Formats: sequence, C-alpha cells, structure tokens
Amino acid sequence: MTYSVSMTVNGKAVRGEVEGRTLLVQFLRETLRLTGTHVGCDTSQCGACVVHVNGTSVKSCTLLAVQAEGAQVTTIEGLAKGDELHPMQAAFRENHGLQCGYCTPGMVMSAIDLVKENPDPSEKDIREWLEGNLCRCTGYHNIVKSIEAGAKAMRGG
Amino acid sequence: MTVTGIGASVKRVEDFRFLTGRGRYTDDIARPDQTYCYILRSPHAHARIKSIGTNKAAAAPGVVAVFTGADLEAAGVGGLPCGWLVKNKDGSPMAEPPHPPLAQGKVRYVGDQVAAVIAETREQARDAAELIEVDYEVLPAVLDMAKALSSKTLLHDGAAKNLCYDWHLGDKDATEAAFAKAAHVAKIDIVNNRLIPNAMEPRAAIGEFDTATGDYTLFTTSQNPHVIRLLMGAFVLHIPEHKLRVYAPDVGGAFGSKIYHYAEEAIVTWAAGKVRRPVKWTAERSESFISDCHGRDHVTHAELAMDKDGKFLGLKVSTKANMGAYLSTFAPCVPTYLYATLLAGVYTTPQIYCEVQAIFTNTVPVDAYRGAGRPEATYLLERLIDRAARETGLEQVEIRRRNFIPSDAFPYQTPVALQYDSGDYTATLDQAMTAARIDGFAKRKADAEKRGKRRGLGYSTYIEACGIAPSAVVGSLGARAGLFESAEVRVHPTGSVTVFTGSHSHGQGHETTFAQLVSGALGIPMESVDIVHGDTAKIAYGMGTYGSRSLAVGGEAIMRALGRITDKAKKIAAHMLEASESDIEFKDGRFQVAGTDRALTFGEVALSAYVPHNFPHETLEPGLDETAFYDPANFTFPGGCHICEVEVDPETGTVEVVAFTAVDDVGRVINPMIVEGQVHGGVAQGIGQALLEGCVYDADGQLITGSCMDYTMPRADDVPSFSVGTHATLCRHNSLGVKGCGEVGAIGSPPAVINAIVDALWQDGVRDISMPATAQKVWQAIRNAKAPQAAA
Repeated sequence: MTYSVSMTVNGKAVRGEVEGRTLLVQFLRETLRLTGTHVGCDTSQCGACVVHVNGTSVKSCTLLAVQAEGAQVTTIEGLAKGDELHPMQAAFRENHGLQCGYCTPGMVMSAIDLVKENPDPSEKDIREWLEGNLCRCTGYHNIVKSIEAGAKAMRGG
Repeated sequence: MTVTGIGASVKRVEDFRFLTGRGRYTDDIARPDQTYCYILRSPHAHARIKSIGTNKAAAAPGVVAVFTGADLEAAGVGGLPCGWLVKNKDGSPMAEPPHPPLAQGKVRYVGDQVAAVIAETREQARDAAELIEVDYEVLPAVLDMAKALSSKTLLHDGAAKNLCYDWHLGDKDATEAAFAKAAHVAKIDIVNNRLIPNAMEPRAAIGEFDTATGDYTLFTTSQNPHVIRLLMGAFVLHIPEHKLRVYAPDVGGAFGSKIYHYAEEAIVTWAAGKVRRPVKWTAERSESFISDCHGRDHVTHAELAMDKDGKFLGLKVSTKANMGAYLSTFAPCVPTYLYATLLAGVYTTPQIYCEVQAIFTNTVPVDAYRGAGRPEATYLLERLIDRAARETGLEQVEIRRRNFIPSDAFPYQTPVALQYDSGDYTATLDQAMTAARIDGFAKRKADAEKRGKRRGLGYSTYIEACGIAPSAVVGSLGARAGLFESAEVRVHPTGSVTVFTGSHSHGQGHETTFAQLVSGALGIPMESVDIVHGDTAKIAYGMGTYGSRSLAVGGEAIMRALGRITDKAKKIAAHMLEASESDIEFKDGRFQVAGTDRALTFGEVALSAYVPHNFPHETLEPGLDETAFYDPANFTFPGGCHICEVEVDPETGTVEVVAFTAVDDVGRVINPMIVEGQVHGGVAQGIGQALLEGCVYDADGQLITGSCMDYTMPRADDVPSFSVGTHATLCRHNSLGVKGCGEVGAIGSPPAVINAIVDALWQDGVRDISMPATAQKVWQAIRNAKAPQAAA
C-alpha cells in the first residue's frame, strides 16, 4: 500500500507516493533525488542524514516520510543562495572542516541548529552538541573550529 | 587569479560541491532501469551448506533473479584473488584457499555471502531474501588463534592447522647471540585489538552491461579502480580491460577498507550481464560491520635485550596474526613486510628477529587499515621500550635518545631490510616536548592529584615506511602487482590544464594539492587546473591511493609529466622567439630569452602547440600532452614524536586525553592545512583504537560489536583539540622531497595514549593496560593492582 505525501522542501512544494515504511531520508534521496543528505548508518547514530524539519535539526532516518506531511524541510541543498554559501558552509570551507565530505551535510545542518539555540557556543558546547554526528576523517578538530567561526559569522561578527 | 604553489594552505577545490550537497558518491547514482541487489549472508560463523532453496524467493513480487554460488560456479566465475603471497620459513608457498564470491559448500564467517537477490526495488529484494531456504549443518567455530592451530576443525581443506603461513625475517642466530650478552631483557605480551574501519560512506556498487557494445561498467566505492578492473576482469569475471570500465566517483572515506576487491563488485557486474539491466547494491551499516575487511588483530610476545647502559642489543618478536576466514586482497603482506620490516623503529637495534604465524579463523577477513602493519610494529616497540625504561630506571625520553639513529647516519640500513633515507628524531622529539610544555607537567600532575585525579605522560617516537613502493622490491617479496603510479598532464590550446592521475582521492584533497603542484610548476592559476581521478575510462592506468603514497608516488609522476611539458614548451618557445633553447628561462609562467625582454606566456606557447603555424615541425610533434609512469626507488620514511597527556579518574577508570601533541616529519609540506587535517584524523583514529574501539566476537562467532551502537567510534567529546606541528627532513629520492602524511597519526598515537595511562597509574601499581582502555578495564586494573596490598 502506498500513501500520498506532500511537504515543502527547500522552499518548493513537493509530493510523492511512498510506502508506509519509507523513511524521510529515502524520500529525499530516492524520490526527490536530493542526494546531499547521506545515509551513514542504520541505527540513527551517525547524523549524516540531519536535515531541518520545521526549523529544527532532525535525523531524517528517524522519521517516516508520511510523518513529515505538511512540514517545511530544509536540506543541505537549500542552504546556499546560488553560489553564495551560507556562513556555516563558508566557515567549514575556510577552516578545512571536511575531508571526504560524507558526514559534512549532517554536520553543517546540525551546527546551524546549534547556533540557533546557542549563538555563542564554547568548544565544550560544540563538542557536546555534536554527540549525534560521527566523523571519521577530521578528528573533529577543524569541525569545532569551523562551527566556532560559523557561529561568529552568523552572529554578524 | 592567484598562483598558489608549494607551501600554501590553499582552501580546497573540492569543498564547494561537498558543502552544497553536490558530491557524487556511488549510492547517489541512479542508472536508468536499475534493479537492486540484496545479499543474503550467513548467520553462522561456520557451517556446511546442505541445500539452498530459492524457488519461493524467485517467485516473490518484483524479483528479477536469484543467484547462488552454484550459478557462479556453473558460469565459470572465478574466486576473489589474493594479491600478495608470502613464503613459509622453509621456502614453501603459503596456503591460498579459494574465496568464491558466493559461498560454495561452506560458509566461514557471519556475513559470508550466500545468495544474491535482484529485484525491482531494494525492499522487494530484501523481502524476497527472507524466503530463501538454506539448510545449514552448523560446524564448530574456530575463533581463538592459539586454539586454531591445534583445532580438529579446519576452515579450509588446503590449510592444515588453519595456518596460512609461518614466516620469519631477520637473523635468528645473531639475535640470540645478542641476547646472550644482555645486561637486561625486557619482555612484553601484547594484543593489537581488532578494529572495524567504518568509513562514513558504506560500500556500494552498481554493475551495468551495455547490450549494444558488450561493455561492462562498475561504479564502486574504491580507492583503486584500475586495480579492481584488473583483479575482477582478469581473475573473477574474465572480462578484458577494454570491455570493462571501473569508476570510483566521490568516495566517503576509506582508510584501507576500500582497497580490496570485494565479492559484491563481482556479483553486481556479473548479474548485470545476466539480467541485462543495471544492478545496484548498497551496504547497510550493519552489513558493513560484517563484510568490510577488519584491521589489526595481532597477538605478540616480544623481548628486548639491552646492555648496562640501556643500549638496545637485540629484539625478538613472535606474532600471531588473524587473517579471518578468507584471504583478502593484500592481507598476507600486512603482518609481514609492512610489519616486521618496521621493528627497528627509529633505533639502532643491531639484531632483530621476527616470526609471524598467520591464522585462519571464522571471522571477517582482515586486511590493511590505516597504517597497516606499521601501527602494530610501533605499538609493540613503543610499549616495550616504555617497559624497559621503567624496569631499568631510565627516563622515557632518555632511553629513546640513547638509542636513536643519529641524524648524520643516513642513509641508514636496518637489520630488517629497509634503508631509511632521512630523518632527525632528536629534532622531532625536542620540538614535541616544547609544544607539549613538558616542563610544566609536574605542576599539572600535582594539581590533578589535588583533585583526586592521576595525570600521565606518554611518548611515542615512531617511524613508518610508506610511499609504496618500488615494484621490483615488492615483486621479490611476493606482490603480484607493481606499485608505480601514472600521470598525464594535458595542456589545452588556451593554456588550461587537465591532469589525469592514477591516485584516488577519498578525503585527502588531491584536487587541491595536485593542482598546487601544477600551478607552481607552470606558473598558472589553480583555477586553470583540473584534476581527474577515479575513472578507468579516462585515466591511462593507476595503482590508487593507500599507504600514504599519493603525493610521494602519484605526485612525483605528475612532476615528471610536468617536467616533460616544460621541456617541450621550452623548445617550442625557443623556436617562436628565434633563440637557442639553452637561452630560454621559464619562470612564473613566462618563457623568456635570458637577458632580454623577449618573452612568451605559457598560454601563447600552448596555443602554438595546437595551432602549429610557427612551430619546429622538424624536431617536434604538435600537441602538449605528456604522460609519466613513476616507480619509486625506495619507500619513504615519515617519522616523529607523539606525546599524550591523560587524566585518569581512579574512582571510575575514566580516561580523558587532556592534551595531544604530534610533531611529524612528513618531508616537504605542500599544503599545511591539509597535512594538519590528515594528522588530526589519524590521531583521532589512534585514540579510538587506544581507548574506545575493539571488535568483539562471542564464543559462537557472532559479532557483538556489530553496529554503531555497539562499536564505539570517537565522537567529538572523546577527543581534545590537537597540537600538531611538522619538522621536515626531505625525502632524498623524489624531487618533491615528500614522505606522506595520511597514516602518521594512526601509527604514532596509540602507544602514546597507553603509555600515558600506564604512567598515570604506575603509582597505583598498574603495570599494563590493554587496548581499548575502557573505563571498566582501567577501573579493574586499578582494583587488581590494589588487591594484593589489601590482602597483605
């Protein structure tokens, strides 16, 4: 049995037919072909699939597509304005906060939500916030620096 | 427009696409009319397959085909080949049991491939796989290496005692003679814990067959697509190279685990030819845990002989190395030529003897993981030296200084085959000690005591061999491949450049570093350079990226091709400027007649090469496109010093890494930002091995640590910010002077962490702690050390 689901993704109204078991991340990747949101695990541990649902960071593997009915969803593809990067994206580039790029979309989406909740996070705040995001390349050192810089830029400083 | 050559921390070219969600990883690719493959895997560690019933699955909704080992065997599909064979002590060949892509007759580990279901959707394939009826006769699981040697149960008919090989290196008699003269012998028993690599991107593969041309394409998560094409084409599926394209697009981390030719690659490619549609397979993470090759897993006894002054006289090492259930592509070389050859470390130990037994067990195959053999050698050596220092009353730093190979002793021939070309181990130690503020440690330790905490300091002065490798040397040691690299530099008519490299980037930032080489050599902006990698259809040949070889081997190939470009361009410029070639100077992108203002830009010369109206046709062909194959003369030898400072809570056993300092000699640094990033990541993986990560099987061979919830990878709050520095001595046999930086972090760091814990808890009577040093283990060690006193 399939269900019809509709939501707004990156400002655009979308709809599709999904199975009841279809996860939001599958809907984004396979139906909408927004492949910037990644799948890194199957136990909701890695955070590669973090998107914003109604303005809050959510692991899109923890939500069924039908649960996002009517929601406002933002993915990594929806952050930059054309070629102009979001300040957090720019900070990751400036501070070498990514290597293979696989965890990166989830890190950036998670970091933006952190700054929304805590505009001036300390290193400790950042490390604790990233509890739900795994990175295997960077040792987190430059991710932390990136988020510090991104938070500053988002504050307008 | 910026020229951004060697030594600049240029921001990465590849980041824009990754940061905007436009990276293109294998699972991001959807081919028209593609089907999905699900692999049914063995739930048993060891079992005979009595029968496989596939009728129900084949009739399930959406199923296109179901294949088993019998189908592959009937079609003449070969086994997965092993790329490196070593010899036994007596010169006889090692055991090389067959490794069918889908099990035939027996399954040998939990996760072994049993059947492949091809269906219209991933869910249908998975649902149908549940309908496959496999009748297993469960056999005893062989798990412990020592017991495996005397077990009545054999994994393979061709491997008596479950022994793959019994190998050795070094002069046994001379080493025994050195021990006879020793004033002190330090001994250690040590386990190098099995690790599960867990690159963030799970493996994936798409096979495709072109019915019009008969060509096959494999999209795959690989570090070395040409190697996969050769192995799969020549040994497994018998497809000649010109009919098989292997494309490894963006790859989300690898750390060695994506070097190997895996069964799924062959299955989807072969199946695509059968069902005449693309076939896609993507691992779920729990599948990665039981199908990606694991790393490390050594059990070792070692002894170090010293004279009365603490000078090392000899080293004896006896290691059991786990191969897992089958031989992965390069498994045999890891505990041998990438391990025993490093046992001299940075020390002048004159006699070394090492013997290694490689053993089959009913576990996932083991192969190279970041460092591969060298972390095992370093961990053993640096732990043993630490113990020797404590037993003889020497300081940690002093025992190392007394035994360092002096900086004026290079080239230095070790007793275990390698010849180091350069290094300055005193300099890296001194620089690390300054950066780690060692002079303030006593106060920090005293402050910690006041808070009820123990502080400890651990050192590791390490070396590795990378930049692999001279083909003739590795060939003589059993490699079935050459280990050169290729590069093509194609200058376009308007002066922009495309470089085709056989190296493969999966996080290393080659698109940036290699472009810096081109920018520096040709004096053109980075924006005019494109680096192409990963596609056998575009790149002439390539051995890929592993063993920290990309810059030292692949980069050097690019430099040689660039040299040929500038040589030819000079000749063209001389003709155009009506000057003698010897009078042409090439600098900052301009060809100038020395001592005059007559000059041409690089772009003008490039244009002349393709619009050759005013061109030296008598001596040159048109065009400006050069290829080089570079085979290194030697390995490269990065080394350095890692210092770890920990704080241990004796009440809970919790270990906090409060500071970690690395000073590495990676030779000349092209992009300091990228090098630092590589070291950060390597150190975090090393801290992971030391404190958190450990693969656990139960008595039946079930993987207990089979998910990200059970296998503990470092998270952001498990590691500190790192202090990272470099001190360069140049590699003497490549023109760049580079050594490689991808593995130093993972090689140098684990013993520094464990030595620091032992240092912190020495006063409590703790003499040893094994990896991973979990809170429970540390707490128990403290309690065990206290127990005798309590009893007294």
